[in-house]
Amino acid sequence: MNNKAWLALEDGTVLVGEACGASGEAGGEFVFNTAMTGYQEVLTDPSYAGQCVVMTYPLIGNYGITARDHESARPRLSGFVVRELCRRPSNHESVESAGDFLRKHGVVAIEGVDTRALTLRLREKGALRGVISTLDADPRRLVAKARALPSMTGQNLAEVVTCEKPYEWEENAPAKPALHVAVMDFGVKYGILRGLAAMGARATVVPAATGAAEILRLKPDGVLLSNGPGDPEPVTRGVDAIKGLLDARLPIFGICLGHQLLGLALGGRTFKLKFGHHGLNHPVKDLATGKIEITSQNHGFCVDLKSLPKQVKTTHVNLNDGTSEGMAHMELPVFSVQYHPEASAGPHDSRYLFERFRALMINRREALRA
Amino acid sequence: MPKRDDIRKILVIGSGSIVIGQGCEFDYSGTQGLKALREEGYETVLINSNPATIMTDPELADRTYIEPLTPEFLEKVLAAERPQALLPTLGGQTALNLTVAAAERGALKRFGVEVLGARLETIRKAEDRQLFKQAMQKIGLDLPRSVVVTDASDLKQVSRELGFPVIVRASFTLGGTGGGIAYHFDELRQRVHQALEASPVKKVLLEESLLGWKEYELEVMRDRKDNFVVICTIENLDPMGVHTGDSITVAPAQTLTDRQYQEMRDDAKRIISEVGVETGGCNIQFAVHPRTGRRVVIEINPRVSRSSALASKATGFPIARIAAKLAVGYGLDELPNDITKATPACFEPAIDYVVVKAPRFASEKFGEFTLDTAMKSVGEAMAIGRTFKEALQKALRGLESGKKGLEGSQAADPETLLQRAATPSSARLYHVKAALDAGVPPERLAEASRIDPWFLDQMRDLADFEKELGTAPLDAELLRRAKRLGFSDAQLARAKKTSEAAVRARRRRLGVRPVYKLVDTCAGEFPSSTPYFYSTYEPSGDLAPVRGKAKKVVILGSGPTRFGQGIEFDYCCVQASKALRALGWRSVMVNCNPETVSTDYDASDRLYFEPLTLEDVLEIVDLEKPDGVIVQFGGQTPLNLAVALEKAGVPILGTKPSAIDIAEDRRLFGAALKKLKILAPESGIANTPEQARRIARRVGYPVMVRPSYVLGGRAMEIVYDDAALLDYVSRALKASAHPSILVDRFLADAAELDVDAVCDGKDVWIAGVMEHIEEAGIHSGDSACTLPPHSLAPSVLATVREHTRKLALHLKVRGLINVQYAVKDGAVYVLEANPRASRTVPFVSKAAGLPVARIATWVMMGRPLKKLLPAAVLKGTFELPYTATKEAVLPFIKFPGVDPRLGPEMKSTGEVMGLDADFPRSFAKSQEAAGLSLPTEGAVFLSVRDEDKPEILHVARSLKQMGFTLVATRNTADFLTRHGLVAERVAKIGEGKPDVVDLLKQRSLSLVINTPSGKRSRADGYAIRRTTLELDIPCITNIRSLGAAVHAISVLKGASLGVKPLQEHYKSLPYAVAFK
Repeated sequence: MNNKAWLALEDGTVLVGEACGASGEAGGEFVFNTAMTGYQEVLTDPSYAGQCVVMTYPLIGNYGITARDHESARPRLSGFVVRELCRRPSNHESVESAGDFLRKHGVVAIEGVDTRALTLRLREKGALRGVISTLDADPRRLVAKARALPSMTGQNLAEVVTCEKPYEWEENAPAKPALHVAVMDFGVKYGILRGLAAMGARATVVPAATGAAEILRLKPDGVLLSNGPGDPEPVTRGVDAIKGLLDARLPIFGICLGHQLLGLALGGRTFKLKFGHHGLNHPVKDLATGKIEITSQNHGFCVDLKSLPKQVKTTHVNLNDGTSEGMAHMELPVFSVQYHPEASAGPHDSRYLFERFRALMINRREALRA
Repeated sequence: MPKRDDIRKILVIGSGSIVIGQGCEFDYSGTQGLKALREEGYETVLINSNPATIMTDPELADRTYIEPLTPEFLEKVLAAERPQALLPTLGGQTALNLTVAAAERGALKRFGVEVLGARLETIRKAEDRQLFKQAMQKIGLDLPRSVVVTDASDLKQVSRELGFPVIVRASFTLGGTGGGIAYHFDELRQRVHQALEASPVKKVLLEESLLGWKEYELEVMRDRKDNFVVICTIENLDPMGVHTGDSITVAPAQTLTDRQYQEMRDDAKRIISEVGVETGGCNIQFAVHPRTGRRVVIEINPRVSRSSALASKATGFPIARIAAKLAVGYGLDELPNDITKATPACFEPAIDYVVVKAPRFASEKFGEFTLDTAMKSVGEAMAIGRTFKEALQKALRGLESGKKGLEGSQAADPETLLQRAATPSSARLYHVKAALDAGVPPERLAEASRIDPWFLDQMRDLADFEKELGTAPLDAELLRRAKRLGFSDAQLARAKKTSEAAVRARRRRLGVRPVYKLVDTCAGEFPSSTPYFYSTYEPSGDLAPVRGKAKKVVILGSGPTRFGQGIEFDYCCVQASKALRALGWRSVMVNCNPETVSTDYDASDRLYFEPLTLEDVLEIVDLEKPDGVIVQFGGQTPLNLAVALEKAGVPILGTKPSAIDIAEDRRLFGAALKKLKILAPESGIANTPEQARRIARRVGYPVMVRPSYVLGGRAMEIVYDDAALLDYVSRALKASAHPSILVDRFLADAAELDVDAVCDGKDVWIAGVMEHIEEAGIHSGDSACTLPPHSLAPSVLATVREHTRKLALHLKVRGLINVQYAVKDGAVYVLEANPRASRTVPFVSKAAGLPVARIATWVMMGRPLKKLLPAAVLKGTFELPYTATKEAVLPFIKFPGVDPRLGPEMKSTGEVMGLDADFPRSFAKSQEAAGLSLPTEGAVFLSVRDEDKPEILHVARSLKQMGFTLVATRNTADFLTRHGLVAERVAKIGEGKPDVVDLLKQRSLSLVINTPSGKRSRADGYAIRRTTLELDIPCITNIRSLGAAVHAISVLKGASLGVKPLQEHYKSLPYAVAFK
């Protein structure tokens, strides 16, 4: 038998399970993710910084951890909750088990708890703060610890997970890049950088606090505003930089947190969703073509489209709850989506957006040449 | 895009009789489809030959044609109805093939009918191996290397290119019929010949072997706007080489990384676009090499399928319903998700449980057999659990095949077990478990069986736990762990050498009880009110019992389809639910068969997708505390639980289990008959061979022998002498847990009758008296029968009605009773009585235009028959103004080497119905529907046993008069010649060439009459019957059907058969048809 582990939420919920990751104690905002595949991508997605992720699919770790599917250098999430973690994974690409990976990276994880009951609670009450511990068995103390955690709102987590200094993306980078993209790293997923490489672009990743002038000095063909964790509002330096980039009329493509920051830079507001969108099956309609794409989503905040100037139009809508999923500026080569066109994990239906970004950059080049 | 308004009337094609490879899933999809189309305001026309379906109830379509599914009859329906469109994608391969055939005859063009759901090019591209290959190559997808052959001439070259083993597939066949695996050249040549015979287009695909690769299925949907969603991913536990219908399958896929899966999804999206499935569901199969990850496309089905029924039940997403709506023009984004109501249908279900489907094999009939690419299972059980281990154990106990979960087969040394586990067979999983129990490491098992190590590790966890279980005390902690691993009380009882009841009592005392969680399509992300639940052992469930003032009834379903227990019982369960709801009662359904209508979430007020074991049912009953439980509609499955349920204090609705017991207990039943002065064949019960012989001597040979308590006539035989009797008895006593044997006098050459009746305690309504076409001794499920009877005297029928009335009242039946009679020399004998729904209830309902099972349910709810039926109906004082004939459909073609002859043991998988003005016409139709077109010209071969020779004289004379030539072997030919009938003589097998089998192969015979001898060697007859079966030549094996056939042929020579919908037939009835 494994060692016991405990899970406590701010609403007083306390569950006992077994430890399946690192020993210790970790806390954060509890969110659930409905993906049935892609736990490795979840574990390494920097957007989960400050959060404990409950996987609704009960069997996690079946295919182990592969060398090719990391979304960042190391896990950034605080804790991991599963129904059953697989000890002996099976897949020709597997290099280690999920449990070994969690322990290697010090991620506290619990299994054997009723993840569906937990999910229903989070759906009802909204995202809750909580802790997972392999050390403390006292329910009252654990709940107190959960309540003492800071709220996600107001935390600038993007600047915690961003890179320390600029770097160039090398994996499968084109030998003769046609385009150069500056990527503002608010917690970028490798999937986005792989997407840029696949469309033939060189990607220079810069820290979240990089100013507009510094980015313009790189002479990029366009700027990608990356995904990232938490609340967009405190990411003020990022918003300022984006304002500068808008003034420079550069093609800009925002993804997830990048989309929210773009919204703020354009003068809009953001708000927190009750329990967010975290999964791989959200239908989004492209209003221009009427086509539906099944999208990968991971966000707790949302842009209030009504708060934006009239030059900004909604381009994509979530069919589940009607929330805005994408916007474009009518006068500037600027657009963004709330979901993840790079997928990883998730369906590849939205990869066309990279092409759309590429087209904007090529247009600009041709316009400059003319 | 909104729905199309240029179409008003749509013809839906059903899938006909249940056969292996095509089960009740198409009743489920067709019923959903019809409901969806009517909801949109379209006029619907249905053609389906299978009366045992919900879809052929007259309330489902506007015009219901129970007619043969042949191009000729389809054309007649098109001519009569002139629909603008036809929807073939809900009726399986049968409907697709029929549509292609009708198109090729030019019928669709002639009547201006548009094909919805899949265009003809799409069907061809998906079904024709070569076109499919070209299409896949065009979009750059990897396929197994393959060659198409139309004859067997170049096989040497081909086998060099592909290497052995070679996979052989016949084009355009069901469930892989005619296919197989060839390991060497001779086998290849033989298999290619078989496949060419099986393929209606005479094309055979030879393929690189993917044996041992991992197998996956994607259930996808696409609309006219190119929106595409994956509803469900399925991973097969059995690797490639076993038909997916025979594999244990798991949803969702377990061992693919997200990237690997998404690439597969990308492929699927390109495939469905290229093949051109525009509006509907589609099943795509892939194989993945376990070490390299190479992924190849195997096949695509551009229609709903068994897998899509499974996917619907596994996810809650109603694929067929949505497919029907897409077919009439809607986009996925315009349709709501029925489960959440709030979100659209355009999404990919996320599930938070594991689904396991296990195939049900007819092992009780055919023993253990090897599996290959031709489907052999007859049904399936599905189970939902929070883990694979839990779901697997639930699925296995749901099969009702004697195993209470994952149990090991007979212990042996590790090497032997490893070998057994290496061969795909109907019992392989149990061998795997035995090997794990014996300590064979999963790695070695994986190597030998090519089952993915993930599955083997999961099973090892179960084996390991069982070892722990043996020694540890059964406390709350251990019990909870056991239950979370899916162990049943029965398994725990065995491990602890105690009784199941003791385990249950202890478990309940310790508070270890299941909870019920919801199937909601979205893993809890959105609130959902769908009443679809499964049990698991978690701290909390999603469910409160159905509350409110309305009375509540639990209906126990019939579990996996098997011989003797098929769709007919599911039909009755669905009817019961409808009856309850019609009167404002609440219905709660329990079943584990994913193919069925009863497991559709809107067939009842609440659905528990659970195994039908005592443990699982008791837990549900304990939670729901219903006003009653219905056990008489689900066949033997719920009846087996009835006594135990009653003992546990569960209120059984309708006939009491004790009465059911009287009918099943020979002694009690015999006493009852004596008291009622009703004749029965003399009989006795034997517990030893000597007793059996004494009884046989007393009643006289031949005798019918069977173990007590059997279903579908299992192990029932007619024996003619002491030696055969003793042989039977020693075999049966060894095999049976109930070591008693019934020995009955066999009434040779008697007519047999089946009666379905409903009794409310005061009145008895004889719903239908059916006369079998075949003589007594052939299992009633395998006999053709007619309603009304076609040859019996009114006095005999009056006696039968009176006996039935007396029996029903005496047994205190509340609800249905079925009584079987034999009539010999004017005397009426009761063969058996079963106070429960019979296999013929749907047939009688369709024929009489009265919902028999619904009426029976109302009776069980306390409504008197007098108030439910018009007096004339209740008294039975009128005759049906038309005739309905039921014909059984047999699976012999799937089982090479099996003698295709009928006997007391049931072998049919399904049935069809012929409905027409008189008996000969309805009989001809039933034969046509069963796939045996009676000839109107040609040569007839006769070979009959001596006893039958006098009887065939007038038959032979009629045939001759109708222009047939007679062909016979020496004895029969001499006999005919002696009586002035000239017959061509043909050699018996072994008497020289050409022999009768050669003539058959040259197709110079259009009808075969061959009555098997009761006692003598049957080798000759076997070769003849087997050959006619394989060549699709009608073969009549008993004298009574022969008369019917000749009569039908004479009618057919006069004029071709017409078509008429049920609704028109019913207009001629003297009462209003009350299906609603």
